[in-house]
Amino acid sequence: MKDFALLFRQPSYDYSKTSPEEMQAIGKKWADWVGGIAAQGRIANGGTRLDLQGKVLKAGGVVTDGPFVEIREILGGFIVVKADSLEDATTLAHGCPALDSGGSVEIRPIFVV
Amino acid sequence: MEKEHVQLKQLFQQEFSKMVAVISKIFGLQHIEIAEDIVSETFLLATETWAAKGIPPNPAAWLYTVAKQKTQYHFRRNKIFEEKVVPAIARQEETYQEAPGLDFSEQNIKDSQLQMLFAICDPAIASEAQIGLALRILCGFGIDEIAEAFLSNKETINKRLFRAKEKLRAEKVTMELPPQQEIPGRLNNVLHIIYLLFSEGYYSKTQNEILRQDLCLEALRLGIMLTEYEKTSGPKTNALLALMCFHASRFNARQTADDNFVPYEQQNQELWDAGLISQGLHFLNLSAQGNEISSYHLEARIAYWHCLKEDTPEKWEAILQLYNQLLLVNYSPSVALNRTFALYKANGWQVALPEAEKLKLENNHFYFILLGELYKNTDKSKAKSNFQKAFDLAKTQTEKQRIREKMEELN
Repeated sequence: MKDFALLFRQPSYDYSKTSPEEMQAIGKKWADWVGGIAAQGRIANGGTRLDLQGKVLKAGGVVTDGPFVEIREILGGFIVVKADSLEDATTLAHGCPALDSGGSVEIRPIFVV
Repeated sequence: MEKEHVQLKQLFQQEFSKMVAVISKIFGLQHIEIAEDIVSETFLLATETWAAKGIPPNPAAWLYTVAKQKTQYHFRRNKIFEEKVVPAIARQEETYQEAPGLDFSEQNIKDSQLQMLFAICDPAIASEAQIGLALRILCGFGIDEIAEAFLSNKETINKRLFRAKEKLRAEKVTMELPPQQEIPGRLNNVLHIIYLLFSEGYYSKTQNEILRQDLCLEALRLGIMLTEYEKTSGPKTNALLALMCFHASRFNARQTADDNFVPYEQQNQELWDAGLISQGLHFLNLSAQGNEISSYHLEARIAYWHCLKEDTPEKWEAILQLYNQLLLVNYSPSVALNRTFALYKANGWQVALPEAEKLKLENNHFYFILLGELYKNTDKSKAKSNFQKAFDLAKTQTEKQRIREKMEELN
C-alpha cells in the first residue's frame, strides 16, 4: 500500500449564518466519514492530520493564534490514506462532506524519495 | 482452621511482593532469587512456628524480623557475595561487616515496589515474560496460579520466568526509577503491562473465577500505586484506572452460575458494582487534564457510557464519536467492529450495513455476527448465512451457542 493525500476544497467557508445544530451536524458528517475510512484500516501514519493549535499568517504580517473555528481548518484540510493505487484512493474519497457544499477532493500520491 | 489457612495465604501473598522488593534493593536484581528464597524460607518458618504457637499479634512485623535475620545470614555466608558483592562494595570504599539494615518502613516498602515495577517493565524484556514476572514478584502469585491464568503448565512458566530474570541480569537492570526525562516513556511501558495484566484477568479463558478477579484486582492495585507518586500519576494513569474500574464493575454480572459469559444486553444491572463505577468516575475526572488524549482516555470514556444501561441515541452517538477518534489513535479490527456496531445503533442499519461490508474481516467470527445482525432487518437468508459463517469460525462452545440462539431468533 502507498500513501495518498486527500485535500479538501470548498467554494465557501463562511459558516456565519449556520446554526449551532447545523455546525454540529456538519462536524458529525466529517467525523463519521473519516471514521469510516479509519474503520477500514486505511488511515496512514497514525492519522496524520493537522493539530488544532497553530497560527495563521495573513497579508500585512498579521499573525493570529488558533484554535480555529472554520471546518476546513479543524480538519486540517487533508488526511493521508493508504491505498494500492490512485483509483483505489479515489474510491475512498467518495462520500466526502466537502462534496455536499459543491466542493471537491483532490487525490494526490505522496512522493517517497 | 480453614479460615486461618486462607488468612495466611492472603497475608503471604501481600507480604511476598513487599519483602522481595525491599530485599532486592540490598542484593540487586542480579540476585533476585536470593530475595525470593529468603522470603520463601521466612514463610516456611512462619507456617511451622505459628502452627505450634499461633499467629502473632503483628504477623507482618514477625515476618520482617525473621527476614532481616535471614538476610544477615545470607549476606555473610553466601559465596556469591564474598566473591562479587563485597569486592564491588569495597571498590566503593565502603566496608560492610554486616548486611545494610533492611528498612521495612511503609515509605521504603512503597518506594521499593515502585522501583521493582519499573524494573520489571523495562522494555528490554519481552512483554509476555513481564506479565509472568509481575505476577510472581509484584503480586506474589504462585507458579501454579500463573500457569492456570495462562492456561499453561508449570515448566513453561518456570522457563519464562527464568529467561526473564536472565534478561534482567544481562541488561543490568537496576532497582532505581529511570531518570526524570525517561519516566513518561517508561511509564507507557508500565501502563501497558498493567493493562495486559488486567485483560488477562478480564478476558482470560481460565474457569477459575477467583483467580481472574484476583488478577484484575492486582492490576488495579498496581495502578493505584502509581497514583501515589506525582511523577507517575498523570492523566494517562488516571484514565487507565478509570477504564479498569468501569470494566471491573461489571465483573459479577458477566458470569452465570454455569460459567457462561452473559452478553452485555442481558446483564442484570443490579449486579454492577456502583462503588467501582463511582471510583472510575473519580479517576475519569482526574484524567481530564493536560493536552493529551490517549487511547486509555477514549476507552475509559467508552467504558463509562457502557456503565449507563439506557439505550439512548445520545449514548450511542457519543460512543460512535469516541470510536471514530480511537480508530485514529489505535486501529484494530475489534475497534473497527465495535465502531461499526455503534454506527448501527446511532445511525441505523441502512447506514451501517454498507460500511460493515467494506471492512472485510473474513477471519473474524465477530465480523459475521455483526453482518448477520445488520442483515436481519432486510434479508433473513443473508442474515442466516452470515451467522452460519460465524458459527463455523467460532472456537468456543459458549460462542457457538450464542450464535445458534441468534439463528433461531430469525425464525
